[in-house]
Amino acid sequence: MEDLISLAVKAIFVENLALSFFLGMCTFIAVSKKISTAIGLGISVMVVQSITVPANNLILGYLLAPGALAWAGFPDVDLTFLGLISYIGVIAALVQILEMVLDKYFPPLYNALGVFLPLITVNCAILGGSLFMVERNYDFTEAVTYGVSSGFGWALAITAMAGVREKLKYSDIPDGLQGLGITFITAGLMAMAFMSFSGVNL
Amino acid sequence: MAHKRREMLLDPMVDNNPITLQVLGICSALAVTSSLQVAFVMSVAVIFVTGFSSMFISMIRSQIPGSIRIIVQMVIIASLVILVDQLLKAFAYEISKTLSVFVGLIITNCIVMGRAEAFAMKNPPIDSFIDGVGNGLGYGLILMLVGVIRELFGAGSLFGITILETVNNGGWYVPNGLLLLPPSAFFIIGLIIWAFRSWKPEQVEEREYKIQTVEAH
Repeated sequence: MEDLISLAVKAIFVENLALSFFLGMCTFIAVSKKISTAIGLGISVMVVQSITVPANNLILGYLLAPGALAWAGFPDVDLTFLGLISYIGVIAALVQILEMVLDKYFPPLYNALGVFLPLITVNCAILGGSLFMVERNYDFTEAVTYGVSSGFGWALAITAMAGVREKLKYSDIPDGLQGLGITFITAGLMAMAFMSFSGVNL
Repeated sequence: MAHKRREMLLDPMVDNNPITLQVLGICSALAVTSSLQVAFVMSVAVIFVTGFSSMFISMIRSQIPGSIRIIVQMVIIASLVILVDQLLKAFAYEISKTLSVFVGLIITNCIVMGRAEAFAMKNPPIDSFIDGVGNGLGYGLILMLVGVIRELFGAGSLFGITILETVNNGGWYVPNGLLLLPPSAFFIIGLIIWAFRSWKPEQVEEREYKIQTVEAH
């Protein structure tokens, strides 16, 4: 249990997907102009991340890893090279299914999150989360924890960013730095702030 | 025709750079630039993938049904990335370890998808290939620029060869450790955007709020 908590804290603060691995930057920069939309996108990312990382963990464990197909009678098959294409397939399919389920059973939630869902398929934070899970050999419980907490970390980062940018638009910025430039520098300062968590060990 | 193609290849370098103007593909631009060698390998990989994915998608563009085109594009891009990944693992294992997940993340690099969607779906294969390579080069240009700054001033070397002798090795240069850490990439790209936009003022974004100057009397 303790190492799960430490894994979660690490994924939220120390190894924040957005600010220390720069994942999901395109949407991070593009959709962080208003707090309300940032929160919407953040929650969608968290939901999708919490489903796809464990799902990809199962796919890796039962289909792709060397010897994983032993239950089907192929103990020597190693399909890890198909990893990338299956993870992105799973993500695209899950996002599509989530969209349909939300539309059918939770229309208010669909109306709130609907526009962000297609964006999430190409959000590197989602694929990145799955790839980190593979690289670090997480088991199923760890994968669930990592999925939820890394998604939460990303949501936290984009919400904070949107808060800063809402104030920033009233300030007097040099012309060339307007918009994209100052956003980058702000993100850099935030990343430095998040780095101060790096000594934290639970 | 030849003139137009040259323009297509060179236009994404400065005038329409995918990173500084279109805000695409930033994720990997920041993460892999702490050493020049890695940045170079990454640029080559992205140029290869954007070029060929645009070409292949353009070849089958009239056969792709509109409703599933994203999945079809994803499959083509993912196959090319797997090819790159396997090649790197076979011939440059050390670099592929440093790049870790970022090779896989070329799949979700918005430049690749963006060019496939915006250009390759409407244009013939050769033009699409040139357009893809051009955008890959524009991306590579920024990547190398950031890589040069970070490695030269952060570690005193370029491509691993010592240029500025650091204090630790008995030289005179005190390396700036911040440049090897992730936040510095944000600052450098922000400053590069500033430089580009001061050079090409038409890229400057409109202000949302203007400070009104009040007449003095």
